[in-house]
Amino acid sequence: MAVLEKSSEVKRQASPRRGVNRSKHLVHLFLLPALVIYVWFQVYPIFSAFLNSFYAWDGLKRGAFIGLDNFVRLFTESPFKEMFFRGFGHNVIFFAGTIVAKLAVAFLLALMINSRIRGKEFFKTVFFLPKLLSVIVVGFLFSLILNPTYGALNTFLKHVGLEEWARPWLGDPDTALYAIILVNSWYGLGFAVLIFLAGLQAIPAEIYDAAKMDGASGLTMLLRITLPLAMPSVMVMTILTFIGSFETFELIFAMQGSQGGPYYSTDVLATYFYRLAFGSVEGGESIGLGSALAVVLFMMISSATAVLLFFFKRKEYEL
Amino acid sequence: MTARFGQFAKYLVLLVFSFLALYPVFLMIASSFKTNLEILTSPLGLPASLSLENYKLVWEKVNFGAYVWNSVYVSGLSVLLILFLSSLAAFYLSRYPFRWNPYVLFFFMLGLMLPMKLAILPLYMIMLQLKLLDTLTSLVILYVAGGIPFAVFVFYGFFKTLPAELDQSARLDGCNGFQVYWKIILPLMKPPLATVGIVHLIGVWNDFFYPLIFLKSEELSTIPLGVLTLFGEYDTEWNLLFASLTLSSLPMIVAFLFASKQFIEGLTSGAIK
Repeated sequence: MAVLEKSSEVKRQASPRRGVNRSKHLVHLFLLPALVIYVWFQVYPIFSAFLNSFYAWDGLKRGAFIGLDNFVRLFTESPFKEMFFRGFGHNVIFFAGTIVAKLAVAFLLALMINSRIRGKEFFKTVFFLPKLLSVIVVGFLFSLILNPTYGALNTFLKHVGLEEWARPWLGDPDTALYAIILVNSWYGLGFAVLIFLAGLQAIPAEIYDAAKMDGASGLTMLLRITLPLAMPSVMVMTILTFIGSFETFELIFAMQGSQGGPYYSTDVLATYFYRLAFGSVEGGESIGLGSALAVVLFMMISSATAVLLFFFKRKEYEL
Repeated sequence: MTARFGQFAKYLVLLVFSFLALYPVFLMIASSFKTNLEILTSPLGLPASLSLENYKLVWEKVNFGAYVWNSVYVSGLSVLLILFLSSLAAFYLSRYPFRWNPYVLFFFMLGLMLPMKLAILPLYMIMLQLKLLDTLTSLVILYVAGGIPFAVFVFYGFFKTLPAELDQSARLDGCNGFQVYWKIILPLMKPPLATVGIVHLIGVWNDFFYPLIFLKSEELSTIPLGVLTLFGEYDTEWNLLFASLTLSSLPMIVAFLFASKQFIEGLTSGAIK
Protein backbone atom coordinates (compact mmCIF):
# COMPACT_ATOMS: atom_id res chain seq x y z
CA MET A 1 0.00 0.00 0.00
CA ALA A 2 2.73 2.34 0.98
CA VAL A 3 4.44 1.74 -2.36
CA LEU A 4 1.27 2.46 -4.29
CA GLU A 5 0.71 5.66 -2.39
CA LYS A 6 4.19 6.80 -3.12
CA SER A 7 3.92 6.18 -6.86
CA SER A 8 0.66 8.11 -7.14
CA GLU A 9 2.30 10.93 -5.29
CA VAL A 10 5.14 10.93 -7.78
CA LYS A 11 2.63 11.00 -10.62
CA ARG A 12 0.83 13.95 -9.15
CA GLN A 13 4.06 15.84 -8.92
CA ALA A 14 5.22 14.86 -12.38
CA SER A 15 2.25 15.96 -14.43
CA PRO A 16 2.41 19.73 -13.84
CA ARG A 17 6.15 19.55 -14.19
CA ARG A 18 5.84 18.02 -17.64
CA GLY A 19 3.81 21.04 -18.74
CA VAL A 20 6.62 23.33 -17.69
CA ASN A 21 9.09 21.13 -19.50
CA ARG A 22 7.19 21.34 -22.76
CA SER A 23 7.15 25.14 -22.81
CA LYS A 24 10.79 25.04 -21.79
CA HIS A 25 11.56 22.95 -24.84
CA LEU A 26 9.67 25.36 -27.06
CA VAL A 27 11.87 28.13 -25.70
CA HIS A 28 14.88 26.61 -27.45
CA LEU A 29 13.25 27.54 -30.75
CA PHE A 30 14.40 31.10 -30.03
CA LEU A 31 18.00 30.01 -30.29
CA LEU A 32 17.97 27.09 -32.70
CA PRO A 33 17.37 28.71 -36.11
CA ALA A 34 20.23 31.18 -35.67
CA LEU A 35 22.51 28.51 -34.20
CA VAL A 36 21.81 25.95 -36.93
CA ILE A 37 22.37 28.39 -39.79
CA TYR A 38 25.52 29.72 -38.14
CA VAL A 39 27.00 26.27 -37.56
CA TRP A 40 26.00 24.91 -40.95
CA PHE A 41 27.19 27.80 -43.12
CA GLN A 42 30.00 29.39 -41.05
CA VAL A 43 31.62 27.00 -38.62
CA TYR A 44 31.35 23.72 -40.52
CA PRO A 45 32.78 25.18 -43.80
CA ILE A 46 35.87 26.45 -41.96
CA PHE A 47 36.50 23.00 -40.45
CA SER A 48 35.78 21.47 -43.81
CA ALA A 49 38.42 23.67 -45.46
CA PHE A 50 40.98 22.33 -42.99
CA LEU A 51 39.97 18.73 -43.63
CA ASN A 52 39.94 19.14 -47.42
CA SER A 53 43.53 20.31 -47.44
CA PHE A 54 44.70 16.84 -46.34
CA TYR A 55 43.08 15.03 -49.27
CA ALA A 56 43.78 14.51 -52.96
CA TRP A 57 41.07 15.89 -55.20
CA ASP A 58 39.73 14.91 -58.59
CA GLY A 59 37.58 17.82 -59.64
CA LEU A 60 34.94 18.18 -56.93
CA LYS A 61 35.44 14.57 -55.80
CA ARG A 62 37.48 13.88 -52.69
CA GLY A 63 40.15 11.22 -53.19
CA ALA A 64 42.66 9.62 -50.85
CA PHE A 65 44.05 11.06 -47.64
CA ILE A 66 47.52 12.35 -48.47
CA GLY A 67 48.58 14.10 -45.28
CA LEU A 68 50.59 17.24 -45.84
CA ASP A 69 51.31 16.64 -49.55
CA ASN A 70 49.23 19.61 -50.68
CA PHE A 71 51.17 21.90 -48.37
CA VAL A 72 54.51 20.47 -49.47
CA ARG A 73 53.65 21.00 -53.13
CA LEU A 74 52.41 24.52 -52.42
CA PHE A 75 55.77 25.50 -50.93
CA THR A 76 58.26 23.44 -52.97
CA GLU A 77 56.88 22.79 -56.44
CA SER A 78 56.99 25.17 -59.41
CA PRO A 79 55.02 27.22 -60.32
CA PHE A 80 53.17 27.08 -56.99
CA LYS A 81 55.99 28.20 -54.76
CA GLU A 82 56.90 31.17 -56.99
CA MET A 83 53.24 32.23 -57.06
CA PHE A 84 52.95 31.85 -53.29
CA PHE A 85 56.02 33.83 -52.34
CA ARG A 86 55.38 36.56 -54.89
CA GLY A 87 51.79 36.90 -53.68
CA PHE A 88 52.90 36.89 -50.04
CA GLY A 89 55.45 39.63 -50.78
CA HIS A 90 52.76 41.76 -52.37
CA ASN A 91 50.48 41.23 -49.36
CA VAL A 92 53.27 42.44 -47.06
CA ILE A 93 53.84 45.54 -49.23
CA PHE A 94 50.09 46.09 -49.27
CA PHE A 95 49.95 45.98 -45.46
CA ALA A 96 52.98 48.25 -44.98
CA GLY A 97 51.80 50.70 -47.63
CA THR A 98 48.31 50.87 -46.13
CA ILE A 99 49.75 51.54 -42.66
CA VAL A 100 51.52 54.60 -44.05
CA ALA A 101 48.96 55.85 -46.58
CA LYS A 102 45.83 55.13 -44.57
CA LEU A 103 46.56 54.77 -40.85
CA ALA A 104 49.27 57.41 -40.42
CA VAL A 105 47.32 59.95 -42.48
CA ALA A 106 44.06 59.07 -40.71
CA PHE A 107 45.66 59.54 -37.29
CA LEU A 108 46.90 63.02 -38.21
CA LEU A 109 43.48 63.96 -39.60
CA ALA A 110 41.80 62.64 -36.44
CA LEU A 111 44.16 64.75 -34.30
CA MET A 112 43.19 67.83 -36.30
CA ILE A 113 39.47 67.13 -36.10
CA ASN A 114 39.81 66.50 -32.36
CA SER A 115 41.43 69.90 -31.79
CA ARG A 116 39.51 73.17 -31.43
CA ILE A 117 37.99 73.43 -34.86
CA ARG A 118 34.70 74.15 -36.58
CA GLY A 119 32.85 71.74 -38.84
CA LYS A 120 33.81 68.47 -37.10
CA GLU A 121 30.63 66.75 -38.26
CA PHE A 122 31.15 67.95 -41.83
CA PHE A 123 34.67 66.52 -42.03
CA LYS A 124 33.64 63.23 -40.43
CA THR A 125 30.77 62.81 -42.89
CA VAL A 126 32.83 63.74 -45.95
CA PHE A 127 35.78 61.49 -45.10
CA PHE A 128 33.45 58.59 -44.46
CA LEU A 129 31.49 58.89 -47.72
CA PRO A 130 33.73 56.65 -49.92
CA LYS A 131 33.13 53.73 -47.53
CA LEU A 132 29.52 53.56 -48.78
CA LEU A 133 30.55 52.50 -52.26
CA SER A 134 30.98 48.89 -53.24
CA VAL A 135 34.65 47.90 -53.48
CA ILE A 136 33.99 46.75 -57.02
CA VAL A 137 32.58 50.21 -57.87
CA VAL A 138 35.65 51.85 -56.33
CA GLY A 139 37.92 49.60 -58.37
CA PHE A 140 36.16 50.28 -61.66
CA LEU A 141 35.80 54.00 -60.95
CA PHE A 142 39.54 54.35 -60.36
CA SER A 143 40.45 52.21 -63.33
CA LEU A 144 38.61 54.84 -65.41
CA ILE A 145 40.19 57.75 -63.52
CA LEU A 146 43.68 56.23 -63.90
CA ASN A 147 43.24 55.34 -67.58
CA PRO A 148 46.46 56.40 -69.36
CA THR A 149 44.92 58.34 -72.28
CA TYR A 150 41.45 59.46 -71.26
CA GLY A 151 41.59 59.22 -67.47
CA ALA A 152 40.95 62.22 -65.27
CA LEU A 153 44.28 62.07 -63.44
CA ASN A 154 46.55 62.21 -66.47
CA THR A 155 44.31 64.85 -68.09
CA PHE A 156 44.65 66.93 -64.93
CA LEU A 157 48.44 66.55 -64.94
CA LYS A 158 48.57 67.72 -68.56
CA HIS A 159 46.40 70.74 -67.75
CA VAL A 160 48.67 71.92 -64.96
CA GLY A 161 51.83 71.40 -66.99
CA LEU A 162 53.09 68.24 -65.27
CA GLU A 163 52.84 66.16 -68.40
CA GLU A 164 56.02 64.25 -67.67
CA TRP A 165 54.38 62.91 -64.48
CA ALA A 166 51.58 61.31 -66.45
CA ARG A 167 51.98 57.56 -66.83
CA PRO A 168 49.95 54.38 -67.24
CA TRP A 169 49.53 54.02 -63.47
CA LEU A 170 47.87 50.61 -63.59
CA GLY A 171 49.66 49.33 -66.68
CA ASP A 172 53.18 49.82 -65.35
CA PRO A 173 54.38 46.98 -63.09
CA ASP A 174 56.43 49.51 -61.10
CA THR A 175 53.45 51.63 -60.08
CA ALA A 176 50.42 49.33 -60.29
CA LEU A 177 50.56 47.90 -56.76
CA TYR A 178 51.16 51.31 -55.19
CA ALA A 179 48.29 52.82 -57.16
CA ILE A 180 45.99 50.13 -55.79
CA ILE A 181 47.26 50.69 -52.24
CA LEU A 182 46.43 54.40 -52.58
CA VAL A 183 42.95 53.61 -53.92
CA ASN A 184 42.39 51.21 -51.03
CA SER A 185 43.52 53.89 -48.59
CA TRP A 186 41.15 56.41 -50.18
CA TYR A 187 38.35 53.93 -49.61
CA GLY A 188 39.10 53.16 -45.95
CA LEU A 189 40.51 56.48 -44.73
CA GLY A 190 37.27 57.85 -43.25
CA PHE A 191 36.58 54.70 -41.26
CA ALA A 192 40.07 54.86 -39.72
CA VAL A 193 39.61 58.56 -38.91
CA LEU A 194 36.38 57.76 -37.04
CA ILE A 195 37.93 54.94 -35.03
CA PHE A 196 40.93 57.08 -34.06
CA LEU A 197 38.65 59.98 -33.25
CA ALA A 198 36.62 57.78 -30.91
CA GLY A 199 39.88 56.77 -29.23
CA LEU A 200 41.03 60.39 -28.88
CA GLN A 201 37.71 61.60 -27.56
CA ALA A 202 37.81 59.01 -24.80
CA ILE A 203 40.90 60.71 -23.28
CA PRO A 204 39.71 62.88 -20.38
CA ALA A 205 40.43 66.61 -20.82
CA GLU A 206 41.65 66.90 -17.19
CA ILE A 207 44.81 65.00 -18.07
CA TYR A 208 45.73 67.67 -20.60
CA ASP A 209 44.87 70.44 -18.17
CA ALA A 210 47.10 68.89 -15.53
CA ALA A 211 49.93 68.43 -18.02
CA LYS A 212 49.64 72.06 -19.15
CA MET A 213 49.86 73.20 -15.53
CA ASP A 214 53.06 71.19 -15.22
CA GLY A 215 54.35 73.07 -18.26
CA ALA A 216 54.31 70.21 -20.76
CA SER A 217 54.77 71.21 -24.40
CA GLY A 218 52.39 70.20 -27.18
CA LEU A 219 54.81 67.59 -28.49
CA THR A 220 55.36 66.08 -25.04
CA MET A 221 51.61 65.81 -24.53
CA LEU A 222 51.22 64.14 -27.92
CA LEU A 223 53.94 61.57 -27.22
CA ARG A 224 53.33 60.99 -23.51
CA ILE A 225 49.56 61.30 -23.25
CA THR A 226 47.71 61.19 -26.56
CA LEU A 227 49.57 58.36 -28.28
CA PRO A 228 49.68 55.92 -25.33
CA LEU A 229 46.07 56.53 -24.36
CA ALA A 230 44.86 56.19 -27.96
CA MET A 231 46.66 52.83 -28.27
CA PRO A 232 43.51 50.68 -28.12
CA SER A 233 42.15 52.34 -31.27
CA VAL A 234 45.55 52.03 -32.95
CA MET A 235 45.55 48.33 -32.07
CA VAL A 236 42.08 47.79 -33.50
CA MET A 237 42.94 49.54 -36.74
CA THR A 238 46.29 47.76 -37.11
CA ILE A 239 44.63 44.37 -36.70
CA LEU A 240 41.77 45.23 -39.05
CA THR A 241 44.25 46.55 -41.62
CA PHE A 242 46.32 43.38 -41.36
CA ILE A 243 43.30 41.14 -41.88
CA GLY A 244 42.07 43.36 -44.73
CA SER A 245 45.48 43.39 -46.41
CA PHE A 246 45.87 39.64 -46.36
CA GLU A 247 42.30 39.07 -47.55
CA THR A 248 42.32 41.77 -50.20
CA PHE A 249 40.73 40.53 -53.40
CA GLU A 250 37.90 42.58 -54.89
CA LEU A 251 39.86 45.75 -55.60
CA ILE A 252 42.64 43.88 -57.40
CA PHE A 253 40.13 41.70 -59.23
CA ALA A 254 38.26 44.79 -60.46
CA MET A 255 41.32 46.79 -61.45
CA GLN A 256 43.75 44.12 -62.66
CA GLY A 257 41.74 40.92 -63.12
CA SER A 258 42.22 37.58 -61.39
CA GLN A 259 45.81 37.36 -62.73
CA GLY A 260 46.89 40.40 -60.71
CA GLY A 261 48.32 42.06 -63.81
CA PRO A 262 50.37 43.49 -65.38
CA TYR A 263 52.71 40.48 -65.33
CA TYR A 264 51.48 39.37 -61.88
CA SER A 265 52.82 42.63 -60.41
CA THR A 266 49.68 43.00 -58.24
CA ASP A 267 49.03 39.32 -57.67
CA VAL A 268 48.28 38.61 -53.99
CA LEU A 269 47.49 35.41 -52.11
CA ALA A 270 43.72 35.90 -52.41
CA THR A 271 43.79 36.29 -56.22
CA TYR A 272 46.11 33.27 -56.41
CA PHE A 273 43.67 31.36 -54.19
CA TYR A 274 40.80 32.35 -56.47
CA ARG A 275 42.65 31.02 -59.51
CA LEU A 276 43.52 27.76 -57.72
CA ALA A 277 39.95 27.26 -56.54
CA PHE A 278 37.91 28.46 -59.50
CA GLY A 279 40.30 29.15 -62.36
CA SER A 280 41.53 25.56 -62.84
CA VAL A 281 45.24 26.37 -62.94
CA GLU A 282 46.11 22.73 -62.45
CA GLY A 283 43.14 20.76 -63.75
CA GLY A 284 41.51 18.63 -61.11
CA GLU A 285 44.09 18.91 -58.39
CA SER A 286 43.51 22.53 -57.57
CA ILE A 287 40.93 22.07 -54.82
CA GLY A 288 43.47 20.37 -52.57
CA LEU A 289 46.04 23.08 -53.23
CA GLY A 290 43.43 25.82 -52.90
CA SER A 291 42.29 24.43 -49.54
CA ALA A 292 45.90 24.20 -48.37
CA LEU A 293 46.48 27.83 -49.34
CA ALA A 294 43.28 28.83 -47.53
CA VAL A 295 44.52 27.07 -44.38
CA VAL A 296 47.92 28.80 -44.62
CA LEU A 297 46.21 32.19 -45.00
CA PHE A 298 43.92 31.39 -42.08
CA MET A 299 46.87 30.49 -39.87
CA MET A 300 48.80 33.61 -40.89
CA ILE A 301 45.85 35.88 -40.14
CA SER A 302 44.98 34.34 -36.78
CA SER A 303 48.55 34.05 -35.52
CA ALA A 304 49.39 37.61 -36.59
CA THR A 305 46.24 38.84 -34.85
CA ALA A 306 47.29 37.02 -31.68
CA VAL A 307 50.81 38.47 -31.86
CA LEU A 308 49.50 42.00 -32.42
CA LEU A 309 47.07 41.65 -29.51
CA PHE A 310 49.87 40.43 -27.25
CA PHE A 311 52.21 43.22 -28.37
CA PHE A 312 49.67 45.98 -27.80
CA LYS A 313 48.46 44.55 -24.50
CA ARG A 314 52.01 44.58 -23.16
CA LYS A 315 52.38 48.20 -24.25
CA GLU A 316 49.30 49.02 -22.23
CA TYR A 317 50.73 47.53 -19.05
CA GLU A 318 53.90 49.56 -19.46
CA LEU A 319 51.90 52.75 -18.90
CA MET B 1 50.67 84.60 -35.01
CA THR B 2 51.97 81.01 -35.11
CA ALA B 3 48.76 79.80 -33.49
CA ARG B 4 46.79 81.55 -36.22
CA PHE B 5 48.95 79.97 -38.89
CA GLY B 6 48.56 76.54 -37.28
CA GLN B 7 44.80 76.94 -37.31
CA PHE B 8 44.91 77.96 -40.99
CA ALA B 9 47.14 74.99 -41.92
CA LYS B 10 44.74 72.62 -40.17
CA TYR B 11 41.76 73.86 -42.14
CA LEU B 12 43.78 73.75 -45.34
CA VAL B 13 44.81 70.12 -44.82
CA LEU B 14 41.31 69.05 -43.82
CA LEU B 15 39.79 70.80 -46.83
CA VAL B 16 42.32 69.27 -49.23
CA PHE B 17 41.48 65.81 -47.93
CA SER B 18 37.75 66.57 -48.09
CA PHE B 19 38.24 67.47 -51.73
CA LEU B 20 40.19 64.25 -52.34
CA ALA B 21 37.44 62.21 -50.70
CA LEU B 22 34.60 63.87 -52.59
CA TYR B 23 36.02 64.57 -56.02
CA PRO B 24 36.10 60.98 -57.39
CA VAL B 25 32.49 60.48 -56.29
CA PHE B 26 31.54 63.83 -57.83
CA LEU B 27 33.38 62.89 -61.03
CA MET B 28 31.47 59.62 -61.21
CA ILE B 29 28.11 61.34 -60.88
CA ALA B 30 28.99 64.24 -63.19
CA SER B 31 30.31 61.90 -65.89
CA SER B 32 27.12 59.86 -65.79
CA PHE B 33 25.33 62.84 -67.39
CA LYS B 34 27.88 63.35 -70.16
CA THR B 35 28.00 61.87 -73.64
CA ASN B 36 30.88 59.53 -74.38
CA LEU B 37 32.57 62.22 -76.51
CA GLU B 38 32.28 64.74 -73.67
CA ILE B 39 33.91 62.34 -71.22
CA LEU B 40 36.84 61.64 -73.51
CA THR B 41 37.47 65.26 -74.57
CA SER B 42 36.86 66.99 -71.24
CA PRO B 43 36.88 64.44 -68.42
CA LEU B 44 37.21 67.10 -65.73
CA GLY B 45 34.58 69.60 -66.85
CA LEU B 46 30.95 69.80 -65.82
CA PRO B 47 28.36 68.06 -68.01
CA ALA B 48 26.81 70.19 -70.77
CA SER B 49 23.33 69.15 -69.69
CA LEU B 50 21.75 66.99 -67.01
CA SER B 51 20.45 64.50 -69.55
CA LEU B 52 19.22 61.15 -68.26
CA GLU B 53 19.97 59.53 -71.62
CA ASN B 54 22.75 57.30 -70.22
CA TYR B 55 20.49 55.93 -67.51
CA LYS B 56 17.87 55.10 -70.12
CA LEU B 57 20.52 53.36 -72.23
CA VAL B 58 21.84 51.32 -69.32
CA TRP B 59 18.30 50.29 -68.44
CA GLU B 60 17.59 49.23 -72.06
CA LYS B 61 20.90 47.72 -73.15
CA VAL B 62 21.47 45.50 -70.16
CA ASN B 63 19.07 44.01 -67.71
CA PHE B 64 19.67 46.72 -65.11
CA GLY B 65 16.08 46.68 -63.87
CA ALA B 66 16.49 43.00 -63.02
CA TYR B 67 19.82 43.66 -61.26
CA VAL B 68 18.18 46.32 -59.10
CA TRP B 69 15.30 44.02 -58.20
CA ASN B 70 17.69 41.15 -57.36
CA SER B 71 19.76 43.42 -55.12
CA VAL B 72 16.67 44.78 -53.37
CA TYR B 73 15.27 41.28 -52.85
CA VAL B 74 18.50 39.76 -51.55
CA SER B 75 19.47 42.62 -49.25
CA GLY B 76 15.92 43.19 -47.96
CA LEU B 77 15.27 39.54 -47.15
CA SER B 78 18.74 38.95 -45.68
CA VAL B 79 18.56 41.96 -43.39
CA LEU B 80 15.06 41.08 -42.15
CA LEU B 81 16.08 37.50 -41.39
CA ILE B 82 19.31 38.56 -39.67
CA LEU B 83 17.41 40.97 -37.43
CA PHE B 84 14.65 38.50 -36.59
CA LEU B 85 16.72 35.37 -35.95
CA SER B 86 19.55 37.15 -34.12
CA SER B 87 17.29 39.17 -31.86
CA LEU B 88 15.45 35.98 -30.87
CA ALA B 89 18.75 34.25 -30.15
CA ALA B 90 20.07 37.19 -28.14
CA PHE B 91 16.78 37.33 -26.22
CA TYR B 92 17.22 33.65 -25.35
CA LEU B 93 20.84 34.09 -24.34
CA SER B 94 20.26 37.08 -22.08
CA ARG B 95 16.85 36.27 -20.56
CA TYR B 96 16.94 32.52 -19.85
CA PRO B 97 19.29 31.08 -17.24
CA PHE B 98 20.50 28.00 -19.12
CA ARG B 99 23.93 26.89 -18.04
CA TRP B 100 25.25 26.59 -21.61
CA ASN B 101 24.36 30.16 -22.54
CA PRO B 102 27.78 31.73 -21.86
CA TYR B 103 29.43 29.09 -24.06
CA VAL B 104 26.90 29.57 -26.86
CA LEU B 105 27.49 33.31 -26.72
CA PHE B 106 31.25 32.82 -26.92
CA PHE B 107 30.74 30.39 -29.80
CA PHE B 108 28.79 33.06 -31.70
CA MET B 109 31.47 35.66 -30.97
CA LEU B 110 34.10 33.47 -32.64
CA GLY B 111 32.18 34.09 -35.85
CA LEU B 112 33.14 37.77 -35.70
CA MET B 113 36.65 36.75 -36.70
CA LEU B 114 36.12 33.97 -39.23
CA PRO B 115 37.53 34.93 -42.65
CA MET B 116 34.75 33.35 -44.68
CA LYS B 117 36.39 33.98 -48.06
CA LEU B 118 38.78 31.17 -47.15
CA ALA B 119 35.88 28.76 -46.67
CA ILE B 120 34.47 29.50 -50.08
CA LEU B 121 35.27 26.04 -51.51
CA PRO B 122 33.34 24.10 -48.85
CA LEU B 123 30.51 26.61 -49.15
CA TYR B 124 30.47 26.03 -52.89
CA MET B 125 30.24 22.28 -52.33
CA ILE B 126 27.47 22.66 -49.76
CA MET B 127 25.43 24.75 -52.19
CA LEU B 128 26.10 22.22 -54.93
CA GLN B 129 24.74 19.42 -52.73
CA LEU B 130 21.71 21.48 -51.76
CA LYS B 131 21.15 22.25 -55.46
CA LEU B 132 21.24 25.95 -54.61
CA LEU B 133 24.04 27.01 -56.96
CA ASP B 134 22.97 29.86 -59.20
CA THR B 135 20.03 30.88 -56.99
CA LEU B 136 19.43 34.04 -55.01
CA THR B 137 18.47 31.80 -52.07
CA SER B 138 22.10 30.70 -51.72
CA LEU B 139 23.13 34.34 -51.30
CA VAL B 140 20.42 35.03 -48.72
CA ILE B 141 21.49 31.99 -46.66
CA LEU B 142 25.15 33.02 -46.73
CA TYR B 143 24.48 36.63 -45.79
CA VAL B 144 22.20 35.57 -42.93
CA ALA B 145 24.76 33.08 -41.62
CA GLY B 146 27.54 35.68 -41.89
CA GLY B 147 25.42 38.39 -40.26
CA ILE B 148 24.32 36.48 -37.17
CA PRO B 149 27.48 36.84 -35.00
CA PHE B 150 27.66 40.65 -35.22
CA ALA B 151 23.90 41.01 -34.73
CA VAL B 152 23.84 38.71 -31.68
CA PHE B 153 26.82 40.62 -30.28
CA VAL B 154 25.07 44.00 -30.57
CA PHE B 155 21.64 42.77 -29.43
CA TYR B 156 23.06 40.90 -26.44
CA GLY B 157 24.85 44.07 -25.38
CA PHE B 158 21.58 45.96 -25.70
CA PHE B 159 19.60 43.45 -23.62
CA LYS B 160 22.17 43.73 -20.83
CA THR B 161 21.25 47.42 -20.53
CA LEU B 162 17.51 46.72 -20.57
CA PRO B 163 16.06 46.11 -17.08
CA ALA B 164 14.80 42.51 -16.75
CA GLU B 165 11.87 43.72 -14.58
CA LEU B 166 10.19 44.85 -17.79
CA ASP B 167 9.62 41.38 -19.18
CA GLN B 168 9.13 39.83 -15.72
CA SER B 169 6.11 42.04 -15.13
CA ALA B 170 4.76 41.15 -18.57
CA ARG B 171 5.16 37.47 -17.71
CA LEU B 172 3.16 37.99 -14.52
CA ASP B 173 0.41 39.47 -16.70
CA GLY B 174 0.32 36.12 -18.54
CA CYS B 175 2.46 36.76 -21.60
CA ASN B 176 4.45 33.78 -22.89
CA GLY B 177 8.06 34.07 -23.99
CA PHE B 178 7.35 34.96 -27.57
CA GLN B 179 4.73 37.53 -26.63
CA VAL B 180 7.22 39.19 -24.29
CA TYR B 181 9.73 39.34 -27.14
CA TRP B 182 7.21 40.54 -29.73
CA LYS B 183 5.18 43.02 -27.67
CA ILE B 184 7.61 44.33 -25.06
CA ILE B 185 11.18 43.86 -26.28
CA LEU B 186 10.94 44.46 -30.02
CA PRO B 187 9.37 47.94 -29.80
CA LEU B 188 12.19 49.00 -27.45
CA MET B 189 14.86 47.61 -29.77
CA LYS B 190 14.58 50.17 -32.55
CA PRO B 191 18.04 51.78 -32.09
CA PRO B 192 20.09 48.54 -32.15
CA LEU B 193 17.88 47.15 -34.93
CA ALA B 194 18.67 50.26 -37.00
CA THR B 195 22.40 49.97 -36.27
CA VAL B 196 22.64 46.32 -37.23
CA GLY B 197 20.26 46.74 -40.16
CA ILE B 198 22.32 49.54 -41.69
CA VAL B 199 25.61 47.68 -41.31
CA HIS B 200 24.28 44.60 -43.04
CA LEU B 201 22.32 46.52 -45.64
CA ILE B 202 25.49 48.23 -46.83
CA GLY B 203 27.49 45.02 -46.66
CA VAL B 204 24.99 42.94 -48.60
CA TRP B 205 24.11 45.65 -51.13
CA ASN B 206 27.77 46.20 -51.98
CA ASP B 207 29.00 42.61 -51.80
CA PHE B 208 30.57 41.29 -54.93
CA PHE B 209 32.36 38.13 -53.84
CA TYR B 210 29.44 35.77 -53.14
CA PRO B 211 27.54 36.70 -56.34
CA LEU B 212 30.76 36.22 -58.32
CA ILE B 213 31.15 32.69 -56.96
CA PHE B 214 27.56 31.50 -56.68
CA LEU B 215 25.68 33.08 -59.60
CA LYS B 216 26.04 32.05 -63.20
CA SER B 217 22.87 33.29 -64.92
CA GLU B 218 23.12 36.87 -66.06
CA GLU B 219 19.47 37.59 -65.21
CA LEU B 220 20.08 36.70 -61.54
CA SER B 221 22.95 39.20 -61.16
CA THR B 222 22.93 41.65 -58.30
CA ILE B 223 24.05 45.19 -59.14
CA PRO B 224 27.80 44.76 -58.39
CA LEU B 225 27.98 41.63 -60.53
CA GLY B 226 25.95 43.37 -63.26
CA VAL B 227 28.49 46.19 -63.26
CA LEU B 228 31.20 43.61 -63.92
CA THR B 229 29.27 42.29 -66.95
CA LEU B 230 28.79 45.83 -68.21
CA PHE B 231 32.50 46.58 -67.92
CA GLY B 232 33.23 43.47 -69.93
CA GLU B 233 30.77 44.20 -72.73
CA TYR B 234 30.79 47.99 -73.08
CA ASP B 235 34.34 48.82 -72.08
CA THR B 236 34.61 51.71 -74.56
CA GLU B 237 31.27 53.35 -73.73
CA TRP B 238 32.31 55.21 -70.65
CA ASN B 239 29.04 57.11 -70.41
CA LEU B 240 27.26 53.82 -69.74
CA LEU B 241 29.93 52.68 -67.30
CA PHE B 242 29.73 55.86 -65.23
CA ALA B 243 25.93 55.71 -65.24
CA SER B 244 25.98 52.12 -63.96
CA LEU B 245 28.51 52.97 -61.22
CA THR B 246 26.35 55.90 -60.14
CA LEU B 247 23.18 53.81 -60.18
CA SER B 248 24.73 51.19 -57.93
CA SER B 249 26.05 53.75 -55.42
CA LEU B 250 23.25 56.29 -55.31
CA PRO B 251 20.82 54.46 -52.98
CA MET B 252 23.45 54.17 -50.22
CA ILE B 253 24.74 57.72 -50.72
CA VAL B 254 21.22 59.21 -50.54
CA ALA B 255 20.37 57.13 -47.47
CA PHE B 256 23.65 58.22 -45.88
CA LEU B 257 22.90 61.91 -46.43
CA PHE B 258 19.59 61.46 -44.60
CA ALA B 259 20.91 59.40 -41.70
CA SER B 260 24.67 59.89 -41.58
CA LYS B 261 24.73 59.68 -37.75
CA GLN B 262 23.18 56.21 -37.69
CA PHE B 263 25.42 55.03 -40.53
CA ILE B 264 28.60 56.18 -38.85
CA GLU B 265 27.52 54.84 -35.46
CA GLY B 266 26.57 51.49 -36.96
CA LEU B 267 29.66 50.92 -39.04
CA THR B 268 32.08 51.88 -36.29
CA SER B 269 30.27 50.19 -33.38
CA GLY B 270 31.75 46.78 -34.07
CA ALA B 271 35.32 48.02 -33.89
CA ILE B 272 35.06 50.31 -30.89
CA LYS B 273 33.37 48.02 -28.40
